[in-house]
Amino acid sequence: MSAPAGVSRREFFQMVGGGIVVCVGGAALPGFGQSRWPRYPDDVDAYLLIGADGRVTVFSGKIEMGQGVMTSLAQMAAEELGVELEAIDMVLGDTGRCPWDMGTFGSMTTRMFGPALRAAAAEARVVLTGLAAARLGVPADRLTVRNGVVSVRDTPSRQVSYAELAAGRQLMRRVDAAAVLKAAADFQVMGRPATRLDARVKVTGEAKYAADLRLPGQVYARVLRPPVHRAQLRSLDASAAEAIDGVTVVRRDDLVAVLHADPVRAGEALAALRAQWQLPREPGPDHDSIFGQLAGSGVPLTESTHRGDVTAARKAAASIFESTYRKGYVAHAPIEPHAALAEVSGGKARVWASTQTPFPTRDHIAHTLGLAPEAVRVITPFLGGGFGGKSADRQAVEAARLAQLCGRPVQVAWDRSEEFFYDRFDPAAVVEIASGVDAARRVAFWDFTVYAAGERGAAHVYDIPDLRVRSGGGMSYEQSASPEQLHPFEVGPWRAPGANMNVFAIESQMDIMAAACGEDPLGFRLRHLSDARMRGVLQAAAAAFGWKAAAAPSGRGVGIACSTDAGSYVAACAEVAVDETKGTVRVVRVVCAEDLGIVVNPEGARMQIEGGVTMGLGYALSEELQFRGGDILDRNFDTYHLPRFSSVPRIEAVLVRNDALTPQGGGEPPITIMGAVIANAVFDATGSRQLRLPMTPERVLAGLAAAKHHGS
Amino acid sequence: MAATVEFRLNGRPVSLGGGRDRSLLWSLRGELGLTGTKYGCGIGACGACTVLVGGRAVRSCLTTLGDVAGREVVTIEGLAQGGKLHPLQQAFADHGALQCGYCTPGMILGAHALLAATPHPSREAIASAMEQHLCRCGAHQRIVAAIESVASPSGASP
Repeated sequence: MSAPAGVSRREFFQMVGGGIVVCVGGAALPGFGQSRWPRYPDDVDAYLLIGADGRVTVFSGKIEMGQGVMTSLAQMAAEELGVELEAIDMVLGDTGRCPWDMGTFGSMTTRMFGPALRAAAAEARVVLTGLAAARLGVPADRLTVRNGVVSVRDTPSRQVSYAELAAGRQLMRRVDAAAVLKAAADFQVMGRPATRLDARVKVTGEAKYAADLRLPGQVYARVLRPPVHRAQLRSLDASAAEAIDGVTVVRRDDLVAVLHADPVRAGEALAALRAQWQLPREPGPDHDSIFGQLAGSGVPLTESTHRGDVTAARKAAASIFESTYRKGYVAHAPIEPHAALAEVSGGKARVWASTQTPFPTRDHIAHTLGLAPEAVRVITPFLGGGFGGKSADRQAVEAARLAQLCGRPVQVAWDRSEEFFYDRFDPAAVVEIASGVDAARRVAFWDFTVYAAGERGAAHVYDIPDLRVRSGGGMSYEQSASPEQLHPFEVGPWRAPGANMNVFAIESQMDIMAAACGEDPLGFRLRHLSDARMRGVLQAAAAAFGWKAAAAPSGRGVGIACSTDAGSYVAACAEVAVDETKGTVRVVRVVCAEDLGIVVNPEGARMQIEGGVTMGLGYALSEELQFRGGDILDRNFDTYHLPRFSSVPRIEAVLVRNDALTPQGGGEPPITIMGAVIANAVFDATGSRQLRLPMTPERVLAGLAAAKHHGS
Repeated sequence: MAATVEFRLNGRPVSLGGGRDRSLLWSLRGELGLTGTKYGCGIGACGACTVLVGGRAVRSCLTTLGDVAGREVVTIEGLAQGGKLHPLQQAFADHGALQCGYCTPGMILGAHALLAATPHPSREAIASAMEQHLCRCGAHQRIVAAIESVASPSGASP
């Protein structure tokens, strides 16, 4: 029985106090082997503590960024343990107290961490029931658990509480195999809507984010930034900044910062720095010319799927459809900019950071500061949104370096301009599809090539005999993809990375073929689908929407799209109104149906659907980064347009029941269909097919003009 | 010597010596220790720093101490009374009208000012009044429902 994460058993109980601890190792957990992501380490994935006060504390390296896992994880623990949700306390994202975790992304918390936590809780229940059996002098199989009290089934007055059982103990149990979990039919806490555990502190302003934390003697740092990416600092005159009372200027290698106890003064000092920059010789591509660079002939392609004979099927096809789809760079734009507070003293560092990856951030800080990983503790408060953008840790490393250099606690809180400048954007991407139908109006071949978005979402589930999927530029934010050759600045994972682009292209292409066949887009899809889950979500969305079969363009402005992502299946129907004089698209209504296996928190799942649909309006209609080479032109919300209250349609979330399947990912799938469902609805309204996202008024007007010209 | 500015904050008198030009946002978050008021954009474009001044919603990032001299300022920390949530706070929690929670204090105070001026706004009027508040998580539909539930004559949820 080893203690978690290299902590001795004695140290562990000193840390948590007494009680009963159950740890779960990841080696034997189902589902992990199928993950293409790195596996959890073999030591411990999850642990929970039943304290002498009867409260249950769950320790997880996951973080809460709004997606609701603080609540859904607590529901899972409460369910398996047999306690009320209110008895659970969550400790998240603290590398000093939680088991190692690679990070919170990829909609993996529920489907991959969830089973470990449920196993730990189920095992804890077995341990506690065994202790109760000894205490009460009856066999364990005659006991029942309710709300943290173990009682004899036929004599309920004979009972003992978890608190009484845990008092005075220092018991540690480790399980390596998945415990027997409760069946969905027996759920008391899971599957029922729960109010968010973080709701109260978030409506009172008590919830702390990284920029809200304070340490005695701390200073605020403002870091000197280049005007454009890849500019080199040639000279620096800091005399005017140093003349400001209380300002310290720090310069070490590439890091130049001004420090002051007051953030406003620090900002004034930053403005007083006189820096000369060497700009890149060539400005590089802009938001329009980038596409030629991404999909140029020199980009090597790798083939991920190939079945049948695409070349022969193409020759035999009755009609061939070739389309090129494009999407610009999209910012994460969380309302909370990156922030961190760091304290380095006595060879140890503590860093509070807005990060989705506390453990990798810890390792990065340790490496940069020359400390052992154990000497660095990263603590993650609430995140004010992440969406993949807080998988980077630049601000945390900056704060730690500066704290080490100046010997005082340092707060680094980016302003909005820094947040845009250092956003690792969702990459601009290109998809080329050639597809065809045979004389019986069946899709006969599918030849799909994606550039710069990666392959997530590229493999659809339509029954097409001859098919090829190729990818160029890889998952272009991965190191191996040499992003400098593709992009003028850093790019990175953005909520369902790559899938938004790929699904936009796939589902638009299916609509193009359905329209050419004069067939209803839903019927056309169903005719090519044997996958029961995909059929299920399509039919559920259509039924809730009141879908009436008609070939597009029908003039009604309705569209449909579907996809599978993170183990879940989603389909949506949308209704739009297009102003043909202004080119504006107003989304009136969206019905989104999702099959995500067992639903842990129906209310939380609906919030993620609504959130994904709403956020997806942005990349579909208004969000596209303007840049000129490494010069990021959009630096704030006055020119970069997020979805607003007036742009949000009536959204109806439909949860398709599937209790036979363990819980799947919920945070990302719904957003993947938003580009396609709106583009398809715009086509249905106008007869004009939009091949580039976002569908700005200018592009819609240009499309209408082209369609009119073509039609006349 | 910077001028001292006096005003009322969440029902109590305060006196600050930072000068009339000092930013209200950074005074709240700094010397006053009220971090429920958030920085989001610094140009009044996101609403995360919204506070009430004389009952009206203002962007504290664009407001100076001089602007609030002698006036009543209410931040999110001043809404709950004796541990009991304000009806808007309760409605936001009950409707799940938040995810990351970062925009929430500004949203609630923006809604507070709306209902003070227009006790029974239509759904469209709520959306219009909240238009300059940004939420990246996509809680908009629930935020409108939460505000509507407080605004409806019966006070009941729709």
